[in-house]
Amino acid sequence: MALELHPLAQFKIEPLIPIHIGGLDLSYTNSALFMTIAVVLITSLLVFGTRRNALVPGRWQSIAEMSYEFVADMVETNAGHGAEPYFPFVFTLFMFVLFSNLLGLIPYSYTVTSQIIVTFALAAAVFIGVTIIGIAKHGAHFLRLFVPEGVPIILLLLLVPIELLSYFIRPFTLSIRLFANMLAGHTMLAIFGGFAASVGLLAILPVALDVAIFALEVLVAALQAYVFAILTCLYLRDALHLH
Amino acid sequence: MDLASAKMIGAGLACIALVGAGIGIGNVFSSLISAVARNPAAQPQVQPFAFLGFALAEATGLFGLAIAFLILFVF
Repeated sequence: MALELHPLAQFKIEPLIPIHIGGLDLSYTNSALFMTIAVVLITSLLVFGTRRNALVPGRWQSIAEMSYEFVADMVETNAGHGAEPYFPFVFTLFMFVLFSNLLGLIPYSYTVTSQIIVTFALAAAVFIGVTIIGIAKHGAHFLRLFVPEGVPIILLLLLVPIELLSYFIRPFTLSIRLFANMLAGHTMLAIFGGFAASVGLLAILPVALDVAIFALEVLVAALQAYVFAILTCLYLRDALHLH
Repeated sequence: MDLASAKMIGAGLACIALVGAGIGIGNVFSSLISAVARNPAAQPQVQPFAFLGFALAEATGLFGLAIAFLILFVF
């Protein structure tokens, strides 16, 4: 029964509609299904939520407006005043990561962001985008980002490689942070569920712990989306304002 | 020593990284509590930083946990 279920079996990618084009495996997988569900949910929240366009918003319009306002406020506070064109990007990232994380909490569903390739694709998009924005705005002056002001030349020899390293590690930390949080949380839930299946009446203890961990996972899902978005804003500010 | 035992030991050692996560998260929230106790009106401004700090501190601990899972289930 559940005793044979490996705790990592929940992350297996299953092709739902096999599509093979010229040697490439382009199957529609369960991962792709949940990405589609997330996008459909976000789009319908925003489109149908604001359809009524009332001055005093109803429930769905409130939620749509609050999410917009939350991310707009975050971009304005953390990315500075030149970052308004990048608001749609940050909003998309935040909503996609939030909805993917929350959808993964539904039993028997699949967590899209628990695959390192998905989170790495998002983090790479952020990193490459921010670097290109910085170089487009400042040109060669962009390298000033790695040279802090007012530092003696001798320390610069040590400091510049450290700054470079911490800059290039950003896509990796950004992706691994989200991936490890999702992986660890869901694996813990599965492991404690396995305990509950294998002890008799004492199963009340792992189940109670599972309930508590589930509550923590809801918090972590929202928090990781917030952290991903706010770090994107901070990297944008670094690139736009070079400090 | 065979591979399976070495994996168990490696995974156990990698989990020691979570000590740092625990200390870090405790630090962040203790600072939040002290700050709000000194100046309760500052709470809405300090709280986002507290959550950001919590997530970043937890992330470094989870890097260690990810290595533990990697050792156990991938290699």
